[in-house]
Amino acid sequence: MKTIAHLLHEHPFFHGLPESDLQFLASCGENCVYHKGEHLARENTPAKHFFLIRSGRVAVETFVPNRGALCLLTLHGGDIFGWSWLFPPYISAFDARALEEVRSLRLGGACLREKCETEPRLGFELMKRFAQIATERLQSARVQLLDIYGSNSPHPGTTQ
Amino acid sequence: MNHLLPASSLGVLLKILIDKGYEVFGPTLEDQVIIYGPIRSVNDLPKGWTDEQEKGRYRVRRRTDGAYFGYAVGAHSWKKYLQLPRRPIWRALKQDQNIEIVEAKEEPPKMAFLGVRSCELHAITIQDRILAQGEWPNDGYRQRRERLFTVAVNCTSTAPTCFCTSMNTGPEVTLQSDLQMTEVIHAREHFFLIKSCTNIGDEILQQLPVRKASAGEQKLGRQGVKRAIEQMQSGPRHFDSSDLKELLYRNFESQSWDKVAERCLSCANCTMACPTCFCSTVEDTTDLSGEHAERWERWDSCFTAGFSHLTGGSVRPDTRSRYRQWMTHKLATWHDQFDTSGCVGCGRCITWCPVGIDLTEEIRTIRNLEQP
Amino acid sequence: MIPDIYTVVHRQEEYPGTFTLYLQNQELKPLFFTPGQFNMLYAFGTGESAISFSGLGVEQGRLVHTIRAQGSVTRALERLRKGDSLGVRGPFGRGWPLENIQGKELLLIAGGLGLAPLRPIVHKAREGKLEASRVRLFYGARRPSELLYKEEVPRWSSKLGVVISVDHGDGTWPGHIGVITDPLKAIDVDGANTIAFLCGPEVMMRFCIQVLLRKEVPESAIYLSMERNMKCAIGLCGHCQWGPNFICKDGPVFCYRDIRAWFHIHSL
Repeated sequence: MKTIAHLLHEHPFFHGLPESDLQFLASCGENCVYHKGEHLARENTPAKHFFLIRSGRVAVETFVPNRGALCLLTLHGGDIFGWSWLFPPYISAFDARALEEVRSLRLGGACLREKCETEPRLGFELMKRFAQIATERLQSARVQLLDIYGSNSPHPGTTQ
Repeated sequence: MNHLLPASSLGVLLKILIDKGYEVFGPTLEDQVIIYGPIRSVNDLPKGWTDEQEKGRYRVRRRTDGAYFGYAVGAHSWKKYLQLPRRPIWRALKQDQNIEIVEAKEEPPKMAFLGVRSCELHAITIQDRILAQGEWPNDGYRQRRERLFTVAVNCTSTAPTCFCTSMNTGPEVTLQSDLQMTEVIHAREHFFLIKSCTNIGDEILQQLPVRKASAGEQKLGRQGVKRAIEQMQSGPRHFDSSDLKELLYRNFESQSWDKVAERCLSCANCTMACPTCFCSTVEDTTDLSGEHAERWERWDSCFTAGFSHLTGGSVRPDTRSRYRQWMTHKLATWHDQFDTSGCVGCGRCITWCPVGIDLTEEIRTIRNLEQP
Repeated sequence: MIPDIYTVVHRQEEYPGTFTLYLQNQELKPLFFTPGQFNMLYAFGTGESAISFSGLGVEQGRLVHTIRAQGSVTRALERLRKGDSLGVRGPFGRGWPLENIQGKELLLIAGGLGLAPLRPIVHKAREGKLEASRVRLFYGARRPSELLYKEEVPRWSSKLGVVISVDHGDGTWPGHIGVITDPLKAIDVDGANTIAFLCGPEVMMRFCIQVLLRKEVPESAIYLSMERNMKCAIGLCGHCQWGPNFICKDGPVFCYRDIRAWFHIHSL
């Protein structure tokens, strides 16, 4: 049986972090499995957890009336989900639904915040990692917005 | 230049060429411009005319000495006879589901160009490299070129728009032509110093009423060319072109492109007047029955909106990018493509620009803006 | 240069507006090409369009071209049916440098219609005719209904790694949703031992190149296929110029190292 610290160590998000930090964070974490169709998080409900996906596919979705759940992005083993636990009012912005069996680690949001406050060096290190992923997601979303494979890509407006 | 042909015998040269089956083309005055057209007698030549050129300005003016070649260059270049402005490529026929395509072949004419300037010989040589010497030559061009006879003329007077000395393309003829002449008008004498550079040139020279030119007469010819060199080297458009490729490669984002785009009309005149611009496009048409189709090639210009069209729009959507393409191609990327500059310093693009954009000024602007 | 006449022997609608033509020369004349090269297809009376080879089988005089109808010529080609004729000039240009892949891991990165010029390489891989140590395909498309070669792509994964990502998916889509750079970022790559062939919209190729460079794939091992307006396809008409390059004869496939200086200049 692997320890939580060990599982944290295996996830790319924590690559290169000292063992002592992982031990320090391990008490926030728990191992969990979501079955196909189960939600990891739901839009507009308290965002309690930070998810480290170990395997399986997760859909990040939003519900559109008369169209149903619209998937914006799929996440896979090695990805993370959720940063709404980091900022007030700690409310999830999207649904996250397991598309198949998902094995995940989840860390308590309140617990993580407290650890980061008491250990600002670690807090800044994690913040940099969040910021990088958030930036990449933003870039991807922008490219997605360009609809580059369409034959009638939206014409960019002229910005004066 | 060891032979002398009296000016009064120029018609003999013309007659020999015509008798040998050449269609002779040369300078002629039409609509107040010296252009190139068919020459049937010396009376077709612009004897006693010269041109006044400045940016965006061209006028013909009488000269008092009766010179035949006493002008610089006109609106046309020889390319219209070699790379035709329009030519058929193929004809196609459709019957039910089947189509048949037949190449449009032409019997290329045997042409003689009378009065080719040094810059123009350079321009023809540049076009040869592109259109006749590549893996896929333009057959029409190649055949016309192979049968071409040229009578080159050294420049003894220049227009202020001329800058061949800056581009190392003149004014003295150095590339091969069949015959080479220098027109000399001195005191009451009017003659051509003439020499042959090819076998067929020799053959024609032998039939001409020429005599050996004296050392003094030959010197007069050299002095004329020297005057032309001095005129250009002391003129406002003289510059050092040795670093143009590097200069332009460094300056794709120069502010000068924005500035010139405020004036340039994207009218394509410069590309039409340029003796080396070679871009073309094709037009496909059918008749009303839909059974007969044709493909024609015609000159095109990088200044048109459709030139760089891809699905969704033009790759070069504005005048800034089109002028940059034209000038950077001509003076810089041409070197990488064809191992030579695309500019011969003839000045046509300066004269025939309706808003007076001057290539040599634009080079200066780019250089000045680059200074810290 | 006069086109040869070919007949449509089969037409496959990929999705609305995009189709694959299988063409046969009347004399069964073989036409040898390198994947990545292209032909000029002539629709009678309308004009020509540059279309890359998207299938093998030329030994039997058969050509395969996948086309999206978006201009007058490609719309005319779209109207062709089995038994109709068209003109073909080619092959033109420089294709993928298959001579450089020996012992390397080959990454094929396609966006939208960009899968078409890479498909002959996939076919070679499936036939065991590639000298690469491993082949992985990353294919980005707009949505599941706009995927090319739907019938055969599922079979490809028996011989090579296939990752497909769509910008917009629904509940039934089993692959990635998002941009193709995301799954590309997630893979382990031995940069020094990798060679990548990219074909797709320029924006997509720009972002993918950034990912590859971060994975330490050398610039000299990144190849991309460029598109510009083409008329003559033989370097005479000037239309496809891109800096000093003629896309038609110096490309369409270029090594990123050689064209990096031009790739990032706008409106060139």
